[in-house]
Amino acid sequence: MSRPYVISKKADSFFYSIYDAILFIGRFFKEAVQPPYEFQEIVRQCYEIGYRSLPLISLTGFITGIVFTKQSRPSLIEFGAASWLPSLVAIAIVRALAPLITALISAGRVGSSIGAELGSMRVTEQIDAMEVSAVNPFKFLVVSRVLATTITIPILMLYCALVGMLGAFLNVSQNEETNFVAFWESAFDQITFLDVWASVIKAIVFGFTIGIVGCYKGYYANKGTEGVGKAANSSVVLSMFLIFIEEVIIVQIANSIRGY
Amino acid sequence: MQKDKSYIDTSKTVIDIRGLYKSFGDLHVLRGVDLKVFKGENVVVLGRSGTGKSVLIKIISGLLMPDKGKVNVLGRDVDQLDRKQLMELRLKIGFSFQNSALYDSMTIRENLEFPLVRHVKNLSRAEVNKEVESVLEAVGLLQTINQMPSELSGGQRKRIGIARTLILKPEIMLYDEPTAGLDPITSIEINELINEVQERYHTSSIIITHDLTCAKITGDRIAMLFDGQFLRVGTFEEVFDTDEERVRSFYDYNFTE
Repeated sequence: MSRPYVISKKADSFFYSIYDAILFIGRFFKEAVQPPYEFQEIVRQCYEIGYRSLPLISLTGFITGIVFTKQSRPSLIEFGAASWLPSLVAIAIVRALAPLITALISAGRVGSSIGAELGSMRVTEQIDAMEVSAVNPFKFLVVSRVLATTITIPILMLYCALVGMLGAFLNVSQNEETNFVAFWESAFDQITFLDVWASVIKAIVFGFTIGIVGCYKGYYANKGTEGVGKAANSSVVLSMFLIFIEEVIIVQIANSIRGY
Repeated sequence: MQKDKSYIDTSKTVIDIRGLYKSFGDLHVLRGVDLKVFKGENVVVLGRSGTGKSVLIKIISGLLMPDKGKVNVLGRDVDQLDRKQLMELRLKIGFSFQNSALYDSMTIRENLEFPLVRHVKNLSRAEVNKEVESVLEAVGLLQTINQMPSELSGGQRKRIGIARTLILKPEIMLYDEPTAGLDPITSIEINELINEVQERYHTSSIIITHDLTCAKITGDRIAMLFDGQFLRVGTFEEVFDTDEERVRSFYDYNFTE
């Protein structure tokens, strides 16, 4: 007997998946505050997610700083505003590029790895094995990973901004007479606490999104190895999509606070 | 070799299943299953692939919930328990998975420690090591303690899977296809290990299999599952002393050319 659908098969399954995701997020907050706490696993995940992302974040942040400075210079020279270059680069990197680059790289590297790892644990019954040995797999696997991404991605974002500014300084110092202190003062002349805090909050939201999406997709993976691939892939696609939406919303809120 | 059955106590029922039904959509897997497992007894559930044998032990361990019927384990109805009570019950149940389900990001030592350090509080490092080494010795694989699961053979993985469940000293063992995918020699070793576990730890067990050799060696009683119901329950000889076609064909495939 086939089940009757409220709207259609696709629409019903879309709304059911949203409902499931809300329950999953609710369960995360409930389990996160209830003891026992898996501190050791959280630290291990912070190391895996944060420390191991450093080379990629360093390279990308550094290149972004150089390229953005190189691309902006001709336009600013044309308007006679070359001296604004450090401020412009700082605003672009701190307000937008660093959080977004860190989040997108992490979605690709960390989100896919969480989705694949948990998906593989699901299809090989490792999650069931935890369950039957009376260990809460949600707390051990999901809470620890989501907390780790939420903690480490803001730190990676600040690091990315720093490395990006270093790249910008190297490019500026090649073309103009400047020193590190003068560049730094000029760069942060236009940066406010609100800019930094908005970016940190953005990174916290992005980190949470990457963690929760990867865990959700992996935790409910099925259909064997095909399911693992799908979990990894959809973790990246969905978290990137959500990151862009969140970016727009947070920018709007920050701008309205700034009075723009 | 004849099994020692002195530790089977037929006056004490550890698992009591009555009128159990379970469906997945339009697929009706279990259709009124009744089964009793006595203390210290090994019951083998035989049946073709896809007949719901694994579903049965997943319901016993609370991984799945029944649609209808009663599943009483160690005096508690599984479907009536809240999460905390279910966790407490699971501490008394060991579950050996078909593919061992070892945590592949952990060493063998970490796999074995994983449930122990979370449930037995205030254990010193030395006590944890002693417990881990003791169960590894019981399954004859002490030398693998620092290896990763991916470095082990199928038979070794099965043994470690059993060791991981033994570390919490369960009263009930559930084995899901313990000899599936193993060569005949390794299968015999696993069958002997199941009997050793029964003798040494006095566990009551349900062994899910379609391997008649495994059933004959390990089972004190056999229950044959066909079309979601038990067709015959009894000793190996009682179950197969019949002209019933479905039972005969199962036997003939395994034991005659």
